[in-house]
Amino acid sequence: MTSLLAVLIDGSIYASWLFLVAAGLTVIYGVMRILNMAHGSFYAIGAYSAASLVGWYFNNGIGPAWISYLLLVGAALVAGLIVGVIVERGLLRLMYGRDEILMVIITYALLLILEDTMKIVWGVSPYFAYQPYTELGRTAFGLLKVSNYDLALVGVSAVLGLGLWAWLERTNQGKVLRAVIHDREIAVAMGVNVRLMFTITFVLGTTLGALAGALTAPAISVVPGIGIEVIVLAFAVVVIGGLGSIGGAAVGALLVGLSRAAAVHYAPEFELFVIYGVMSLVLAFRPEGLFGRTMARKI
Amino acid sequence: MKNNKATFSKYLVSGVTALALTAGMASGASAAENGKFRVGIVTFLSGAAAGPFGVPSANAAKVLVEALNKGELPAPYDKMGINGVEIEAVIIDEAGGATKQVEEYRNLVQRQKVDAVIGYVSSGDCLAIAPVAEELKTFTIAYDCGTPRLFADNADAQYMFRTGLDASVDNIGAVRYLAATRPDVTRLSGIQQNYSWGQDSWADFTAAAAKLLPESEIVEEQFPKIYQGQYGAEISALSVKRPEIVHSSFWGGDMEALVLQANARGLLEDATGLLTCGEASFATYKDQAPNGMIIGARGPFGAFAPDNALNTWFKGAYTAAYDLDPVYPATKMAQAILGLKFAAENAGVADKEIPTAEQLASGIKGATFESVSGTVEMARANGHQAMQGITYGEYHYEDGEASIVNKVSFSGECVTPPEGVSAAEWIAEGFPGAQCN
Repeated sequence: MTSLLAVLIDGSIYASWLFLVAAGLTVIYGVMRILNMAHGSFYAIGAYSAASLVGWYFNNGIGPAWISYLLLVGAALVAGLIVGVIVERGLLRLMYGRDEILMVIITYALLLILEDTMKIVWGVSPYFAYQPYTELGRTAFGLLKVSNYDLALVGVSAVLGLGLWAWLERTNQGKVLRAVIHDREIAVAMGVNVRLMFTITFVLGTTLGALAGALTAPAISVVPGIGIEVIVLAFAVVVIGGLGSIGGAAVGALLVGLSRAAAVHYAPEFELFVIYGVMSLVLAFRPEGLFGRTMARKI
Repeated sequence: MKNNKATFSKYLVSGVTALALTAGMASGASAAENGKFRVGIVTFLSGAAAGPFGVPSANAAKVLVEALNKGELPAPYDKMGINGVEIEAVIIDEAGGATKQVEEYRNLVQRQKVDAVIGYVSSGDCLAIAPVAEELKTFTIAYDCGTPRLFADNADAQYMFRTGLDASVDNIGAVRYLAATRPDVTRLSGIQQNYSWGQDSWADFTAAAAKLLPESEIVEEQFPKIYQGQYGAEISALSVKRPEIVHSSFWGGDMEALVLQANARGLLEDATGLLTCGEASFATYKDQAPNGMIIGARGPFGAFAPDNALNTWFKGAYTAAYDLDPVYPATKMAQAILGLKFAAENAGVADKEIPTAEQLASGIKGATFESVSGTVEMARANGHQAMQGITYGEYHYEDGEASIVNKVSFSGECVTPPEGVSAAEWIAEGFPGAQCN
């Protein structure tokens, strides 16, 4: 019984983290049709920025601990905005209209450049920003003690998912964005500034990636390579849910999170396999993912 | 946590230094006959292993080479350079996998014309390099990799040596520490990175526990992917089984994340953590690791190194250069360089003469030399493998100061299988011939 409860709690926490990581990736693909390999680097930049800022804040004993949560979010917003604008305006804008495969290669090159840039800026030694993680304490569920920070992440993830859904479905800007997703050429013909929408979308996706990194930073040791590790998981989640679908990413994250937690508790030897097993199973029956739409290709 | 402002410039300097060294390597390819003793130093300068292992090791190499060239070390290493010849270090990155490292090794030997190579954290790299060292007849010291297969697979090695200990010693020592300090523990658990290092460590630990703690049982074992970073489900799985001991061979960022998360969730309050590589992050735990957590340093290295004249000098020089105490990978690199110097100066060649690879090998094979970690006996694998004792202790943090308490040391003969016997056989037979003081 304890293990079942643990699976539900661990699965939900892991799913919320996966959704945070995958949301930006699927938003960018949904609108721009760019499979952004550099998304993991945005995650890492968010983590480094947050760890640096929070580390500086606590090292200097400036103020109360609750400010550090604002700093986490603030660091992600600033880092995501700056990096997103630079990459979109300075690189991707020159490449729009190219083949999707070429964009994969371009963003992969960007990933390599950003990984080395981070080493130059932050070095290779670990950064820590653990205070926001430990300050919130923990809650006991019988034998199981769970970090309140992790539980709070579930709430943050749910709010973020609902916010993204409401923005897309309930605002004028969201409707315009959906028009771009539906048919880019018709949207242009109707007077939509698609390039501006691209910039907004890319910066939003970048900021979501940086936010995921910033919110993860307090629970980990921020070291080189953390972005590369998460990108594989993020791809698995969005592929399961259907590329470009926010709801799909949420369901995909839940499926992966719960499956992995169940494997850890009941069959640890399958832990590595289970994520990709779920992905293979979904793709075998729905190659476009759970929420992906089958679309005719324009020739 | 660290002072980010203070360390930023240091990282920048390290990065620029690494770039400069790389550039120097390229431009120095034609300077093979410059009369210097050229040593290839191979360790991780990038990737996840750079922070915990590679950078401290490279920093130690720089400190040692600079000081040796100035003749600043205490006796018996107070002679300038190596055998009176100035040392030139060629430091290269170990990242990229075994195939790349074989190419890099060939480049070091054939184009850079190094006189010796010291390197390799990764066991995969060590295993790939060993036959190439024999093929190219190049004196090579493996300074950190832990695989017991290094000499089991290369039993006739002539040019390959290892001045560090193999991984089975870590885990036999860990169980002996438990048997000495907590003989009544019965509920053991483990969490290991899911690759050969983690699996082999756990196999040695559980086999040794079955002999030395016969009343114990393994209540849970977890093998998450390396570099996973998030261990929520694994910590839950361990917690609900109520272990008394949580053994882990995690290293680097994975280890630091595990300690942080497990401590925050109370696992390391309810159970005692036992980290075989724990000393490498000694300076970074602060109050995020519980007092009483058992840590090791893969031998008498880092914070476990003795207070001899060599180590006192090394700690002072390293701290002066980097404002940090040397962790165990740094001590192991220093030991390898001292081993090379000893080999050259024990080779029976004239002063200021660079010995051949064969002379270097004869200078250290089966020998005993003094080091920053105490006395090193090249007493295993036909004189190619170092044998030393191992020490474990408990992490203690109080009033802003970290220390290690309740240290217990075990002699080399107590934790090392006899010549020609594998660790698995020795453990299975109940450690015949072990001499424990």
